[in-house]
Amino acid sequence: MKQQLQHYRKKTMADADFCSAQLQDLLPLYYKRFFPFGRFFKWLNYGGVKKNYFQRREFSFTLKDDIYVRYQSFQSANEMEKEVHKAIPYKMDIGAVFSHRPNQRHCVKPSAFQAQEKELVFDIDMTDYDDVRTCCKLADICANCWPLMTFAIRVIDRALREDFGFKHRLWVYSGRRGVHCWVCDETARELSQAARSSIAEYLSVIKGGEGSIKKVNLSDPVHPSIQESLKLMKNDFEDYALVKQDFLGNEKKREKVLALMPDDLRTDMRSDFSSLTNSVNCWDRLKSCTQAKRAPDKWRHVHEEVMLQFCYPRLDVNVSKGVNHLLKSPFCVHPKTGRVCVPIDLNKVEDFDPFNVPTISQLCWELDHLPEVVDAQAVQVTEEGQKRRRKDYKKTSLAAAIRVFDSFLEDLEASWRGRLLRESDLKNEF
Amino acid sequence: MFSVLMEPDKSVSSSIRSTPYPVLRSENLRRWFLQQEADLFRYRFSQQLSGSVRKFLDLNDLHYTSILPNEKVELKTQLINSTFGMKELFDTQDFYKVPFTDALDLVRGRKIFLRHGLAYIPHNDLVSIVLNDFRTSLSRALAVTARGLPVIQEDERLQPLLKHLSYAYIGQDYSVQKNVGNISLDQLDSLATRSFPLCMRSLHYALRDQHHLRHGGRLQYGLFLKGLGLSLEQALTFWRTEFARGSIDPEKFEKGYAYNIRHAYGKEGKRTDYTPYSCMKIIQTNTPGPGDHHGCPFRHTDADLLRQRLQSHRLSSSEINQVMEYVKGMHYQLACQKYFEFTHKVEDGAFGLSHPNQYFEESQKLLSGGQHAKRENSGEVQKPVVAPVTMPQSSHPAQSSESQSTQLSASQVEEQELLEECFANGVVLRFVKGTVELG
Repeated sequence: MKQQLQHYRKKTMADADFCSAQLQDLLPLYYKRFFPFGRFFKWLNYGGVKKNYFQRREFSFTLKDDIYVRYQSFQSANEMEKEVHKAIPYKMDIGAVFSHRPNQRHCVKPSAFQAQEKELVFDIDMTDYDDVRTCCKLADICANCWPLMTFAIRVIDRALREDFGFKHRLWVYSGRRGVHCWVCDETARELSQAARSSIAEYLSVIKGGEGSIKKVNLSDPVHPSIQESLKLMKNDFEDYALVKQDFLGNEKKREKVLALMPDDLRTDMRSDFSSLTNSVNCWDRLKSCTQAKRAPDKWRHVHEEVMLQFCYPRLDVNVSKGVNHLLKSPFCVHPKTGRVCVPIDLNKVEDFDPFNVPTISQLCWELDHLPEVVDAQAVQVTEEGQKRRRKDYKKTSLAAAIRVFDSFLEDLEASWRGRLLRESDLKNEF
Repeated sequence: MFSVLMEPDKSVSSSIRSTPYPVLRSENLRRWFLQQEADLFRYRFSQQLSGSVRKFLDLNDLHYTSILPNEKVELKTQLINSTFGMKELFDTQDFYKVPFTDALDLVRGRKIFLRHGLAYIPHNDLVSIVLNDFRTSLSRALAVTARGLPVIQEDERLQPLLKHLSYAYIGQDYSVQKNVGNISLDQLDSLATRSFPLCMRSLHYALRDQHHLRHGGRLQYGLFLKGLGLSLEQALTFWRTEFARGSIDPEKFEKGYAYNIRHAYGKEGKRTDYTPYSCMKIIQTNTPGPGDHHGCPFRHTDADLLRQRLQSHRLSSSEINQVMEYVKGMHYQLACQKYFEFTHKVEDGAFGLSHPNQYFEESQKLLSGGQHAKRENSGEVQKPVVAPVTMPQSSHPAQSSESQSTQLSASQVEEQELLEECFANGVVLRFVKGTVELG
């Protein structure tokens, strides 16, 4: 029964009235009525605190038939909108802010054209967890493994916020099997490659390739950052691991967990497990053994190491490291699933359901079929009529996602408003 | 400018005045020099007492404040749990709050407590922080000085010496392909079993098994194959065919993977001709993560798993133990060399293993009845020849053909070691009237 349910879920993930062939027809409509160009510009311009910041930003387009073009740049939101309408990209990536406008890079010496700033980004991909999830693998996801992404968001967001002091963090669904994080503080955008790579290493706990079975080795005492992460995961770990994944539910699964233990504990546990009926009992037994007063020191952290190996966020250091690394833009449509890459509300991370994310076909359908939102100013015509049409998205499922983005923008705006005020004060001083 | 503690009269600028001109002019060598000076600085600084450290900080405008007692009490548990050896020293140790960007090495290793973007550094660890600043200052000063120098003819005698200093791995780098087309694709399976080092054998069989490899693996194995003499066309066919057995059809391959292979052969983008990785590079960088099969098996594989592997390759228990002894001692290249000896049934492998392609060549030589290279210093155990610092390889096409030198002669090795000793002790070469003086 569970298998059938999972299969159904996977199926709905894959189609939901969407198929890739529709992209060609639907994308123009999406870019016309849904993609928030104005807000996009507001975000990436960062209040104009730095000159020509938006204009010097690199974008890349992936066009139909996988044609990839880099070094796109735009003078304004309008120009971007025009170019996007012309090109109808299947995917857009955001790159770095360069020393010069990327589309004019040929006018400068190659050595003078440099990537200067970019948001600090993280990419968490479900495929990196294939060795610890049994329900799906590769590009598939389901309700039983999605909690891994919830853990990832909570753990990494806490560290970015509390340990590093970053205030403006935007989490976005990648459209299929993962999440991205954009850290937009000014200090984050100015970070060097060395700093980015150090942050990514600080956040990495899972170390080792296929040659390592045990990928987590905790020092004693455990670093406060990891302790905080464990605290965050503790509440939901049992529901995830014991119920959803049932990770001690059969012999094969048990062996995987036993492999992470020191030899003497493993022998004990193997024989204990054989007389226990389910994951819950096995896990309880393991915990009581490792936390017993007489337990040897090297047993003490075993159950935590197991938790971390199964649930701690796995991020791709290479994505975070490079100042000029391009990452998919929020509000793109994923070409395989049709899902919109929507921002995730940090206050409701547990409630985020990737299977409920609107698809491009769903949105276009809603536009035509849902009743108009009653708007007192709806009487205006012609030029205002354009504006009114743009607000149509509000009646669709995209409205919620836009609201999340708006609240992120509000906080961001407050930061550069303060900056601009201070700078104008400084100028007035003389 | 910095005032260096032990020699208050020696400032950064005097460091530069006595730097050899050729070092200043070359970016690679400047970086190497920087590393030497940084190591020296770290050593000297760590010898200082806290009183002079504080004076030093003041003198150099490093405004790192120590935390107030009440904050220290509030954070006691976190500070003890995050900082090595703090349990005993906590009460007497001062902590400084430093922007995390000034303490990247400590942040990277999670060796300190971090809050709101500030790293809490115990007094004893201040050296890393100060070192970063010193390095930046010196680097900037070197660059500025170098720009101001006129172009002078360089002394020929210095050239080969300095060129050797700039390479971490001495010896062939297999960058220029010999024997292109000598190997056919259908030989790869048998070659993998007979002559590939363990790292490349793992990658080859993981690829055959899963019809896919992740990026790190593709790079490490792909470049090795290039070093073997696989042409670009062969490489493309090889990867494309294997991937097609999995889920990547040729069209997808062309769009997603072919570009990177051409890039590795120097046919795209910057046209850098990438060189196959040496053992040092494989062991120290590009650590494998979940799903990865690359790296060095002796370094990156769990001991139990490694033993099983060696067993399946028909090594006896005593042979396995010998290999594992080296692994325990972290002598991964020696472990691999022992593995070579056991699998090829030779005693005392007379070559110093430092490169996977070298392993292959030695193996082929043996199997085809030839003798492998004898060591230059007979009777002495020669350590693998390496310079103290890893440095980026030059991408200049002209230089890559020059660097295809054979193993250094004994006299060159001696010269090399002498130079390293000089630099390590802070002695500096002075370039006076076309001769080289040690001072």
